[in-house]
Amino acid sequence: MLLNQFLLLAAALFCIGVYGVLARRNAVLVLMSVELILNAVNINFVAFGAFNRTVAGEVFGLFVIAVAAAEVGVGLAMVLLLYRNRKSIDLTEVDLMKG
Amino acid sequence: MDFLETWGISIAVFVPVIGALVVMLIPKSWGEDLYKQVALAVSLVSGGFGIAMLVNFNFDDTGRLQYLVDKKWIEAISSRYIVGLDGISLPLFLLTLLIVPLCIIYSWNHFPEPHNPKALLALILLLETGMLGSFVAQDLILFFVFFEVVLLPMFFMIAVWGGEKRQYASLKFFLFTLFGSALMILSFLAMFFLADPHTFDMRALPTALQGVALSTQVLIFLGMLIGLGIKVPMFPFHTWLPDAHTQAPTVGSVILAAVLLKLGTYGFVRIAIPILPAAAVKVAPLIGVLAVIGIIYGALGCLAQTDMKRLIAFSSVAHMGFVMLGISTLTQFGINAAIFGMVAHGLITGMLFFIAGSVKERYHTLEISKLGGLLLDAPKMGWLLGLCVMASLGLPGLAGFWGEFPAILSSYSPAHGLNVELYRIFMVISALGTVLAAGYLLWLLQRVAFGPSKSHGDGHEQIHDMHVSEGLAWAPLIALIVALGVYPGIMFKSTDAAVAKSLAACLVDDKGPTCPELADMLHAERGK
Amino acid sequence: MNALLLANETAASAGWMLRNAWIIPFIPAMSFLLILLIGKRTPGKGHWIGIAAVSAAFVLSAIAGVQWIQHVNDAHHASGSEEQALSVGGGTLAAKTESPTAGAAPAEGESAAAEEEHVAVAPVRNSVTWYENEGTNVKVGTLVDGLSVMMLVVVTLISLLVHIYSTDYVHGDRRYTHYFAFLSLFTASMLTLVIAENTLMLLCAWELVGVCSFALIGHWWEEQPNSDAALKAFLTNRVGDMGLIIGVTILYFAAGKSFDIVKINEMANSGEIRQFLLLVASCCLIAAVASKSGQFILHTWLPDAMAGPTPVSALIHAATMVVAGVFMVARLYSVFFHGLTIPGSSINLLALVGAVTLIGGALLAFVQNDIKKVLAYSTISQLGYMVMALGVGAWTAAVFHLFTHAFFKACLFLGAGSVSHACHHSFDMKAEMGGLRKIMPRTFWTFVIATGALIGIFPLAGFWSKDEILAGTGGWPDTHGTGTYYAMLIMGMLGAALTAAYMTRVIYLTFFGQYRGHSHPHENGPRITIPLIILAVFAVGAGFLNLPPGVFGAGDAHHPTGWQERFGHYVEPVGKYFPDVVHATPSYLLAIVSSAIGLAGVAAAYAYYRKVETRSRAEGRKLTELPDGITTRSKPAKAFHTLLVNKYYLDHLYNNVIVAGIKGPIARAAYWFNQHGIDASVNAVGKGSVIGGKFLYTYFDQKVVDGAVNASGTLSSGVGEELRHIQTGKVQQYALLLFGGTTVLAGIFLILLTT
Repeated sequence: MLLNQFLLLAAALFCIGVYGVLARRNAVLVLMSVELILNAVNINFVAFGAFNRTVAGEVFGLFVIAVAAAEVGVGLAMVLLLYRNRKSIDLTEVDLMKG
Repeated sequence: MDFLETWGISIAVFVPVIGALVVMLIPKSWGEDLYKQVALAVSLVSGGFGIAMLVNFNFDDTGRLQYLVDKKWIEAISSRYIVGLDGISLPLFLLTLLIVPLCIIYSWNHFPEPHNPKALLALILLLETGMLGSFVAQDLILFFVFFEVVLLPMFFMIAVWGGEKRQYASLKFFLFTLFGSALMILSFLAMFFLADPHTFDMRALPTALQGVALSTQVLIFLGMLIGLGIKVPMFPFHTWLPDAHTQAPTVGSVILAAVLLKLGTYGFVRIAIPILPAAAVKVAPLIGVLAVIGIIYGALGCLAQTDMKRLIAFSSVAHMGFVMLGISTLTQFGINAAIFGMVAHGLITGMLFFIAGSVKERYHTLEISKLGGLLLDAPKMGWLLGLCVMASLGLPGLAGFWGEFPAILSSYSPAHGLNVELYRIFMVISALGTVLAAGYLLWLLQRVAFGPSKSHGDGHEQIHDMHVSEGLAWAPLIALIVALGVYPGIMFKSTDAAVAKSLAACLVDDKGPTCPELADMLHAERGK
Repeated sequence: MNALLLANETAASAGWMLRNAWIIPFIPAMSFLLILLIGKRTPGKGHWIGIAAVSAAFVLSAIAGVQWIQHVNDAHHASGSEEQALSVGGGTLAAKTESPTAGAAPAEGESAAAEEEHVAVAPVRNSVTWYENEGTNVKVGTLVDGLSVMMLVVVTLISLLVHIYSTDYVHGDRRYTHYFAFLSLFTASMLTLVIAENTLMLLCAWELVGVCSFALIGHWWEEQPNSDAALKAFLTNRVGDMGLIIGVTILYFAAGKSFDIVKINEMANSGEIRQFLLLVASCCLIAAVASKSGQFILHTWLPDAMAGPTPVSALIHAATMVVAGVFMVARLYSVFFHGLTIPGSSINLLALVGAVTLIGGALLAFVQNDIKKVLAYSTISQLGYMVMALGVGAWTAAVFHLFTHAFFKACLFLGAGSVSHACHHSFDMKAEMGGLRKIMPRTFWTFVIATGALIGIFPLAGFWSKDEILAGTGGWPDTHGTGTYYAMLIMGMLGAALTAAYMTRVIYLTFFGQYRGHSHPHENGPRITIPLIILAVFAVGAGFLNLPPGVFGAGDAHHPTGWQERFGHYVEPVGKYFPDVVHATPSYLLAIVSSAIGLAGVAAAYAYYRKVETRSRAEGRKLTELPDGITTRSKPAKAFHTLLVNKYYLDHLYNNVIVAGIKGPIARAAYWFNQHGIDASVNAVGKGSVIGGKFLYTYFDQKVVDGAVNASGTLSSGVGEELRHIQTGKVQQYALLLFGGTTVLAGIFLILLTT
């Protein structure tokens, strides 16, 4: 089936993304991994949209891209500030919210 | 006048509480006078509605509730917002509307320590709403709510602006009354659950409760007897009164004497007797005994006093004894007399407290042994004291007489079912009470007003006779004391038909109870 | 009863003044308000308002009097007996034999012939509703008949004279205006009392005159004794008022819920009210009479009331207010007549009280040095005469004595005032008076005339009225009174002798001998002496208004003519509201004997003071009594004297035992009970609750309830402590948990879905 291939691709992308988010210590890489997860979702949206012959999937996909752009903007700004304060963007060192 | 018909009472009752809020919201920087002006204006607006309602009141049909409003209120407990005026509540309603503005005028230039007119005025206005509401409520829960609203402002008034022992007095007042309220609400609830159908509507309760056993009715009545009796105050629940009166600021004493005490007796006339007439017949002799003890006991208490204000306070016990005696006869005549007595006592004792307050302000003491020569220092005040003393001891031509003499008269022939011989003994003893009343009041007059002036020579400032604000506050009271005394018909016309209706449920008839249930019950009792 | 019907018709056409008698008290009432409001700002400080008002009231009363006489005459004409009002009509016997009292029956046949014809004269009534209550319509209105009209005239006349007299007597007083205001108020109240239509109005006016009396006795209240006297008067009267209140109450219910005086009387006459109720009511009312009219044992306030200004004593405590009790009995006479079964001739309470007062008061007059107090006791004694007369059924005699007494006693009081006005305002006869005969001739002569009238010297006013009372007792042979009261006759005679003796003493001590005071007495001005002279004229002439039949003119002992029995004819009510009293037949012998007894009293006193006079001349001292009189020689006499000086110890009983007892131990005990009994238990409840609360707080609240709360708190904080280790602050760990959790949930979800 045509759909399955897209879904498998998206799943692979998602797994890579999850691995990146959980395992990388570099904040920038973590952000990039988040992008991967989002794009995996995008693929799913578009695929299902095409499969069901609606434009809703594409519309959601566009939404997600726009949101992801903003998110990356905010995320990078935070990383920048983090770097300014700490001279490092290693996430394991950031534990101010420790209980 | 549809507007007055539907909104009159509610506006008159709730305008003061809105006024109290307004007074609280006025910032201090706008000046003290503004509070007083606002408070006075508010109480006068309320009074204006009262007068409008008086003018439009149908005096040919005083037994009917007029200006009746019956709206949904708390449906969960089927309590409704029912207010209305009939011939019994009208005089007391108007008395309240009169006394409050006079209190505000009186205190215009002399607020008691710690001053703070803003709070005191707000409390007075809140108090007004409570008192007015109690007199118009026709639903037990509504009545109870208003009855309790009265309690707090008075507590604070005594506790903050009172004399030396204010904390003790205010707490005693509060606890005593609260204790009574607890028993009262218990009785109310009992009536609610026993009524068929369940209702708090005073108009429906007499018929709704007819099937209840007499012994249960008596228990409920006793609950109300204590609850209302504390407010009256009836012997032996009276001990809060002298303390509260003595310690309260002048306006507090005036309101307490003029209106608050009447809530208790009004409760008997409005609630206890019409709703539970059969129990009333059973309990009436007890009320009579307590009333007569109160008359003699209060008088003896007065004779032992050394403080002018405390003496006047004790005299209330005796005077309310006459009111209760009138009520205990369960006759139209006696209850008419009782209502007259309530109003008369309100005017006269209110006036006496005003004068006592002014005396205290001038001489800085109320010890009778340290007073004297008021007639020389302040002739107008002295004469007014004389007049009030005469009114208080029941001189014909002044209001006090029509509360006292008819009460004695009515106890000669109490309602059917009551022990005539017992009531004749009451009559003789209460007549003795009038002698004692003359004794302590004249003794007070002699010590305070007669004799040489005692104010000179010990560094006192010149004693000032009546101030303008005092004159303004007193003139209406004096005028009413005289007017009611000369022409008692004004009051009797209002109350007579209403009392007849409230007793019509049963009783009154010379030939015996007019309602068959009561007749059966009494018959069964006698059978035992 | 045709006559009655006709009489009722004439009542409707009665004179305007009779129908509108309310105006008479209304005028002084307005004067009271006017004086109070503007009196101080008027020139002369307001006395003229009072004088004008009382003058107007007097004129109107006089008009009312004339109209009443016409009214009675009209009734007689209308009744059909055209001959004269004095003839014996045929209807007389018919009306008379209706008498329900069997006791008077034997005397009936004979005395009925002596009566004037019994043509019913309806009283003129006019009333409006005062208030309605329980379906009962209580009215306020006027009841005008002969008795009221007579009282109206007496009260207004004496009040007017006292007003005029006072302008001089209390001139310059600091409360001059108030004095006149209260005189006006008193006059108004007294006039209301005498025309009251019902017992409730009577009660109101009764207390109002009491209050005026209180205010005027205490007029100089700066001194404690004066205000004490005022208080005593008021309180004693209150004791009596208790009786009045109860009596009025009983009659109200007995008469079927009515205060109407005429109705009560009619029902009492017709036997519709049980005799027992009437008896109880009259005994209660006698208490009121005793207090208001100074009868034993409630008379003690009256001598003390002399602390008030003398004109007040003359008006209130001699002529008008104190006779209110007598008036009340006269007004409700049917009640007393049947209640006490007066025709039954057994001693009744009213006659007994009167007789005891008559003697007891007269005896006390002997030991007083204060001229006003002597007169006060004399008033008590004379009021005793009146009450006794009412008690024996001599209604007309009692009312007539009230009438004459008002004049001569007012004259005596005003005379005493005149003397004291001249002597430094002292009333002490022994210390400050003596020998004033030459200095104050007008006062002296009027005083002597009034004294003569009081003693009952022929032909002065008191002679006629006193003689009528003595005849009215029915004790003298062939007098045929309503009843037969021998004891009362003897007491009356004895009283006459005592009166004569103590009045002689007063005259001697005041006007004879040498002047013993320290000022320079002088005769007073016309405003004082003219009222005295007017009253003296009445003291001479008033008696001629009721000459017994057969005296000074044609007719015999049974048939009055000309001026005979005019007073009785016009004043005594005839009708259903008045009982059937029997008029006694006058007796010349009785008149002679009683006069002789009176003169013997004078002679005895005169002889004693002749001795004093001789003795003092011999010793060159100003003596007022013999230094070795009977009281120094005889022990029982001394003891009796002490008893009198202490006023039978009644004041001790009242002040030191009853009043002090109630005000002292009893009131204090009641208050102690209040504070230590009731209030202490209230406090104990309060304290008990506090202690109980504390116990509860420490042992239950703090340990159990609070413990549970604390335990739950500790538990959650422990759990939290453990859980906080999860929170590392590392975002990636959180993310791991998140994903792990999601995976686990997804697994569960999957399993659940598949099963």
